[in-house]
Formats: sequence, structure tokens, C-alpha cells
Amino acid sequence: MKYITEYRDKNLSGKIAEKINGYLKGYKGKISLMEVCGTHTHSIFRSGIMSLLSDKIEHLSGPGCPVCVTPNKFIDTAIAYSRLPDVIITTFGDMIKVPGSSSSLEKEKANSGKIKIIYSPLESLEIARAHPEQKVVFLGVGFETTAPLVASTILRAKEENFDNFFVLSGHKLIPPAMQSLLESGEIKIDGFICPGHVSAIIGERPYKPIADKYGIPSVIIGFEPIDILEGIEMLIRQIVEKEKSEVENQYKRVVRSEGNQKALFLMNKVFEIKNSDWRGLGLLPNSGLYIKKAYSEFDAEKKISVKVEKTKIHPECICGKVLCGTKKPYDCTLFSKSCTPENPIGPCMVSSEGTCAAYYKFKKQ
Amino acid sequence: MCLAIPMKLIKIEGNKGIVALSGVKKEISLDLLKEVEIGDYLIIHAGFAIEKLNEEEAKKTLAIWEEIGTLQKQ
Repeated sequence: MKYITEYRDKNLSGKIAEKINGYLKGYKGKISLMEVCGTHTHSIFRSGIMSLLSDKIEHLSGPGCPVCVTPNKFIDTAIAYSRLPDVIITTFGDMIKVPGSSSSLEKEKANSGKIKIIYSPLESLEIARAHPEQKVVFLGVGFETTAPLVASTILRAKEENFDNFFVLSGHKLIPPAMQSLLESGEIKIDGFICPGHVSAIIGERPYKPIADKYGIPSVIIGFEPIDILEGIEMLIRQIVEKEKSEVENQYKRVVRSEGNQKALFLMNKVFEIKNSDWRGLGLLPNSGLYIKKAYSEFDAEKKISVKVEKTKIHPECICGKVLCGTKKPYDCTLFSKSCTPENPIGPCMVSSEGTCAAYYKFKKQ
Repeated sequence: MCLAIPMKLIKIEGNKGIVALSGVKKEISLDLLKEVEIGDYLIIHAGFAIEKLNEEEAKKTLAIWEEIGTLQKQ
């Protein structure tokens, strides 16, 4: 495969790893690198690249799995909508198994059959067109990579005068979550592996406060083993040299310095930034995307009223702490016992991007 | 989940495109990109092309590492 095979070269991996380990020969202490992207979590585990590196480097997974950071209240609201007789829910597949306070969309799907898994948000419009008597509610979950697609879908719905398409927006922004982890002081982070495709949309600038204000080196990195190793090399070099902390871009073949301006324009046209509730991190200022007034005809929360049950959280699930990097999955009493990918209790075990799911699949400790 | 594998654009019809990879073809939206041409490699996310792969940059990265590999051998 073009532009893939080259980035999986084993000889090259070894050489980059040697270079990284060379930097650390005289270095005292540990270095914690955090990624905030579920695809990085799985790519790092699957490729086994950490085994090539000095044990002075510790890898932490942060709040980079969109399904995982979505709080129970959002899932409970989606479930409540799905129980209305005139509503069809459309959603990406990984939301289905996430347990809410007392049910999940998967269980509701078995009962009502009115929950449809889609690949692209645009499919919601086709479903809305085919069912004019029903209200189609798309579950908008995802970071800056996904929000522009949903914005584009809303704009299409406006152009084509849809009156039965709605979005429940739970979209969130990654840089505020990274800053919140640094502010909390609960965890030592020496460098950030910044998400590849979030960065394809937002570019390099939003990470600048992390490097400038908090002094944490931040490198935008691609998803192949060579990408990740090259990015770690850039991070370790900054950390060891200690000259200055900056934002660097390893994934220049995809991420432009200024990001994707057209996607940002569409995202900002439809959404506005407000405070948002994150599982594990709580209410974070200016970290969520909500539908602007000009497009409120498509805002499920404004247009479809529904009674939502009181939020309950499983008392033993530590997904919230796993998302902050302060606990590891195997610190959880449920992990791989009562909580497995087939029978998940917390969202971190559900999603193909979740940290618990990655540990279960690749580490099993 | 981000799909990291670039797919080749083989057809453009208005704001829609067809991309292909190892014999699999997929219809995608081109709404988020400014300019695309047949033959471009695109990054796809949930049915939309979100960015175009910059082939010059891809080659540059690989060339730098090849050079380092050669220097280490000497």
C-alpha cells in the first residue's frame, strides 16, 4: 500500500529506537509521554514499539476516545429519545454498547429496532428522507475530526429543507482537555503525542499554550509505527535538551500548519464553543461544541423534549481515572473479570479506541 | 477510530468522489476540501475526505530517515 508499507519498516524502527535510547543513556529519572487519541493508543499497543524503547519512557493514554469521554447523561438522553415512538436514532457503531445509567442503545435496539448504525453522518439524511413521518436524531459524538462532517451534514439539511433531521451534539475539543490535565497537577506529563487527525483539522496553533504556558513539548504524530517512533524521537530530544518546549509536526504529509481551513470554517459556522461535561474530567470550560441559534431547527435538545433518568455510575468502574491517566486498567477490580469487551461495564472497555479494550486485547495483565 | 490509510481518488462527481484501496471502492464527500484532483491520496473519516496527502512531505520524511540509516552504517 502506497505511503503505508514504508512507515512499517522494521529496520528503520530499530534505528529510530536506537537513536531515542541513545539520548537517554545519561538521563536520570522517568519520562511520561501521553497520547490523547484512541487510534494512537491501539497503534502503540498493536505495533509493540514501546518494547524497543528504554524503560525510562512511560506511555500514558489520555482522554482521546470520544465514546469514552461522553458522560452517562448523553447516553441516557439518547436512550430516552430512542424510546419516543416517532424517533429514529442514527449513530456510529461504537456508541451502541456503551452502558448508560440503566440500559444501553444495544439493549434498546433489540427492543425497538429504531436505532440505526451508520458510517457517515450523511446517511442520516437518507434515512430522514425515507421516513418523513419520523424524527431522525443523529448522535454527534467525536472531536474536531468529526465535528466538521456533522456541520457539513447540518448545512446540507438546511439547504435541502429537512424538517425531520436533528443532532444531539456531544462534540468536544481536545486542547482544553489536555490543558485541564496539566492544571489538575494530578499526573506528571513530560510530553504530549498530539492526535494526527484532530490536528489535520485544527493545525498546530491550538497546542501552542501547552508548550508556551505549561512548558510541555507537544508533537503532532501520524499513526504508523515509524511515525510514532519519529514523533517520540522529537519529544525525547526536546525533553532531554531542555532548551525550549515547542509544538512540532511529525505528520506533515497530512497536517498543515494552519489545519484544514475549510473544515474549520464550516465547524465554526454551525457550532459555538461552550463548557462541556467530560467523563473523568468533569465540566471543562470552553471544551464543547453546541449548535448555534441560526441552526437550532436541527438541535435535538432544543426541538425534541424528553424526560431523562437520573444519572447513575457504576461504583467500581474507574474509567474516569483511566481517561485522566491517573489509574491503569488493571488497577480496576472489574477489569477482565466482570468487565470485558463482550460484556463491558465501562465505556473504556467498549470502544475500539478505549484504553481498557487495548489493555485487554494486547496486554492482559 | 481514525483511518490512517490514504485512499486514492479515482472519480469526481460534483462534491462527491470515489476513492479506492486494494480493490475496495467507496463513495465519499469532498465538501471539506478546497481543491482535489483525480490521483490524489485522501485521508477519509466517516465518509468525508478530511485532508489530502502531501506526497512531497511524505517523500521528504522517508528520505531523511534513509539518510540517517546510511550514516549509521558508515
